[in-house]
Amino acid sequence: MQCKKLKERVSLLVVVLLLCSSTKAENNINATTHTEGGGGAPPSGFEIVTFNWHHVMSPYIISVWIMVASIAKMVFHMSSKLTTIIPESALLIFLGLLLGGVVWAADHVASYTMKPTLFFFYLLPQIILDAGYFMPNRLFFGNLGAILTYAVIGTVWNAAAVGLSLYGVYLTGLMGDLNVNGVLDFLLFGSLLAAVDPVAVIAVFEEVHVNDVLFIIVFGESLLNDGVTVVLYNVFDSFIAIGGVNVTGVDCVKGVVSFFVVALGGILIGIIFAFLLSYISRFTKRVQIIEPGFVFVISYLAYLTAEMLSLSAILSITFTGVCCQKYVRANLSEESATTVRYMMKLLASGSETIIFMLLGISAVDASIWEWNTAFILLTLLFIAVYRVIGVVTLTWILNRYRVVPLGFIDQVVMSYGGLRGAVAYGLVALLDETQVKEKKLFFSTTIIVIYFTVVLQGCTTKSLVTWLKVKRSEHRDPLISEKLHGRAFDHILSAIEDISGQIGHHYIRDKWENFDKKYISKLLMRKAALKSKDQILDVFHNLNIKDAITYIAEVITHHIEKYKNRVAWGSLAFIKTPSALQLVNVNFNSNKQSEVEAPTSSVLREDASAICLDMQAVELRRKSLRDCEDVYTHHLLQQYLYKPKKQQKYKYSRHKVTSNEDDAQEKEIFEKTMKRRLASFKSTKHGVSQSKKLAKHYKKDPSQKKRSDEMLSNGGQLVFHDPEFSDPEDPCEFDVISNGGSNFIFNVARQALADTCNGLDNPVFIPEEETVTRQALPPWATINDTVVLSQRARVQMPWSPNNFRRLMPLRLSSRSTDSFLLADIPVPEEHPLSFLPEGTAL
Amino acid sequence: MGCNASTLAKIHNLDELILETGFSSSHICHLYNRFHSLDKDDKGLLNRGDFQNISELAVNPLGDRIINNFFPDGMDLIDFNSFARTLARFRPMEENPKKEPDSPEPINSRTNKLKFAFQLYDQDKDGKISNNELLQVLRMMLGVQVTEEQLDNITDRTIQEADLDGDHAISFKEFKKSLEKMDVENALSIRFL
Repeated sequence: MQCKKLKERVSLLVVVLLLCSSTKAENNINATTHTEGGGGAPPSGFEIVTFNWHHVMSPYIISVWIMVASIAKMVFHMSSKLTTIIPESALLIFLGLLLGGVVWAADHVASYTMKPTLFFFYLLPQIILDAGYFMPNRLFFGNLGAILTYAVIGTVWNAAAVGLSLYGVYLTGLMGDLNVNGVLDFLLFGSLLAAVDPVAVIAVFEEVHVNDVLFIIVFGESLLNDGVTVVLYNVFDSFIAIGGVNVTGVDCVKGVVSFFVVALGGILIGIIFAFLLSYISRFTKRVQIIEPGFVFVISYLAYLTAEMLSLSAILSITFTGVCCQKYVRANLSEESATTVRYMMKLLASGSETIIFMLLGISAVDASIWEWNTAFILLTLLFIAVYRVIGVVTLTWILNRYRVVPLGFIDQVVMSYGGLRGAVAYGLVALLDETQVKEKKLFFSTTIIVIYFTVVLQGCTTKSLVTWLKVKRSEHRDPLISEKLHGRAFDHILSAIEDISGQIGHHYIRDKWENFDKKYISKLLMRKAALKSKDQILDVFHNLNIKDAITYIAEVITHHIEKYKNRVAWGSLAFIKTPSALQLVNVNFNSNKQSEVEAPTSSVLREDASAICLDMQAVELRRKSLRDCEDVYTHHLLQQYLYKPKKQQKYKYSRHKVTSNEDDAQEKEIFEKTMKRRLASFKSTKHGVSQSKKLAKHYKKDPSQKKRSDEMLSNGGQLVFHDPEFSDPEDPCEFDVISNGGSNFIFNVARQALADTCNGLDNPVFIPEEETVTRQALPPWATINDTVVLSQRARVQMPWSPNNFRRLMPLRLSSRSTDSFLLADIPVPEEHPLSFLPEGTAL
Repeated sequence: MGCNASTLAKIHNLDELILETGFSSSHICHLYNRFHSLDKDDKGLLNRGDFQNISELAVNPLGDRIINNFFPDGMDLIDFNSFARTLARFRPMEENPKKEPDSPEPINSRTNKLKFAFQLYDQDKDGKISNNELLQVLRMMLGVQVTEEQLDNITDRTIQEADLDGDHAISFKEFKKSLEKMDVENALSIRFL
């Protein structure tokens, strides 16, 4: 049903778009004729409104194109199925072809094609900058050897092999008579087709999610080989200009030298500008608003400077991004960092969209086409075959030096990932037709190759990856033990290298890190930013939040379980102080069709006191020994107001920014509140049965029930299916009814649930068993309290002797800020420790 | 590097060592030379001081612990074979492990790698990482800005995460389990030249 509807919608939109563009094209014609014809007639007096199409034409057309592309993108993403089958890049090319067809039909002139200047100066830089700025540095430098091998040797090999093979076939006469200067033309063509295109690779691979190492190799190669291609292209281009016969050995040597100069020079320019950028960002504290601007302007300057010096601009901007990211992120304020992130993604994603659309549009132009079946088919064949040969050979060599060798499947994916794209297009469009007589043929072939690789390989990559069972990347937050032990492992390895006298990655990295810490960071980072922000702390921090969310999710799940026929909306309201009522509504709901009740603040106010259950319990039982422990923990977690600066998440996606940093105050309060609560309930793995029991308590106590109903009853912002009711295989399906800053919460909650899907220890999926012996009932759990314990909260009841040790010195939470409303909770009795069942681990 | 038969001839039980560690004879030779350059007074054995003289190791926060791991319980001197055996744990794993059912677990297996790391934490050698032991290591690894309370909490948190049987300590089994998603083979391997 939905699918049908969607199709209708899509087709409707396409029609609208067509209408728009055709009228636009007509306008265009009208405008032209108007100016031609209307030049002589003097204006007949003052006109109140004039139609100045010509005045605004170019920016207007650009804006309309951008809008069309954006709307198209939006339409594609209305159906989640469509983009999983056909990659967005291919869809955009089709759209471009369609629009190009309309424009062509309207005035028989291809009015809008992608000019190389447009591409290289205005569309490409931001994409590359985005790639560099979000480059996972450790992964990148860890695999730099492999990346460089593929990027340099692989590209040269591809260019030479394709060029020479085509020349060989040409000599046999299979292609008919071509007007070429000899082998140089073919080599030029080979070199412009040699490079794997970063734009196409990102566009396809980010939807596939292969494992990190594979991704970084394909992606890194595509980034770095642009430098190589451009050099090769320039060398052959100038050779052709000199004339094939006049090329001497000296010229060849110069060509080789220029390769190193261009590549290394580009990198050097990039590093210099990165240094400049980092240094400037150290002093932008007082001009926070324009802070993000520096990142873009200086990076762009790096690109232009390299271009000016005829060095590799792509390498330059890549390395600006790679080198500055650490310092810039540390220096910029959190808001600016977010701005930079979004801005970068917006620009990159936008120009990527436009590039693919223009690639489609540019192809609809009869004047550029020249067909030569043998030439085109052979080019396609050679490109594919030599890519495979290159990858296999280089991998074989590399595997002798790699710690983790690249397997057969990896090689298949790498060979298959050889997508050509807009860079090749830009280069072929730059060809000088007076020098290269067969420009039209090269142009057509390049376009065919791009379409072939982007559309065909793009569409099939995903199924290939699935079919080959390529190790996918897992997007999950690292566990704290992994982070911690991972750090230890790094230390171990660098020590082992020291001991065994090897100079390896770890040795170099260790040295670099020390050097960086001692000198560079001191120079480039603000003093405040220098204060160590340790990743372990970050992970710890994030996990706490995640747990908090899981905790609520579980509480609500059990509420819903009990009351699903009565109340469908659940929400938790947290208040910071009784007077300042700040709400975060999180609904975990199984039945989204139910009626929404408008929240009323008076209800909330009461609810708030009821929901701050555990905190009240803690306060009330402050004096019992066990609860002292709780209070202590509670107090401890309050200290986490120390908030490590948020770590950027490395995501390659330029379409989604993981929003860690929603400014909303809710988040702030949410975190703080949750941390406090969480502290008192340590994780546990069992105890579903217990919560069931607790749920029964609810039922027995009408007043409690009422309260919890109220608690559940206000309309919320965030709704997702209760995992218990959705398909157990795919419980990660959510609907967000979001009207505000709760995305953050949603994301974290999704993380939590994603873990659930992975069959981690989330007890929601553990079948409920009445394992009485395992129950570790805390004293206060038996009271008719509103507390429903977190699932995790049950194993580690904090009265274990191990924890007692930490009770000294005892801290009271008198300094605590969370003076929750305590009024209507009965003071529970003290339960001695002997209450505990036998089986409890002490 | 002077890697020749005469160097190799000095090594006891060479064949056995090669078989056990999986190092090639040129690896062994390199390591032997390294062993001797560490062995300042040519006693043919290494003591802790020899390791501590490695300047890079002095800045490694876990340096002392790692050195200790080279010395099996109570010993103060190790010979070359023991040295090579310890290093062999960090050899990358073979791509296609030989499927011989009765062959012993290779010295560079995942378990052995993890065991090395585990011993780093488990100072009292009771087979468990206690709260206190973890705290010590954490203190070594984290900067000075981290307060004791934070350390305490991270420790608690880590132990909870890994602790499956509720004894507030991480046994080796739990340690292994908690890292099962991690690419240990990669994270604990170096390429010997």
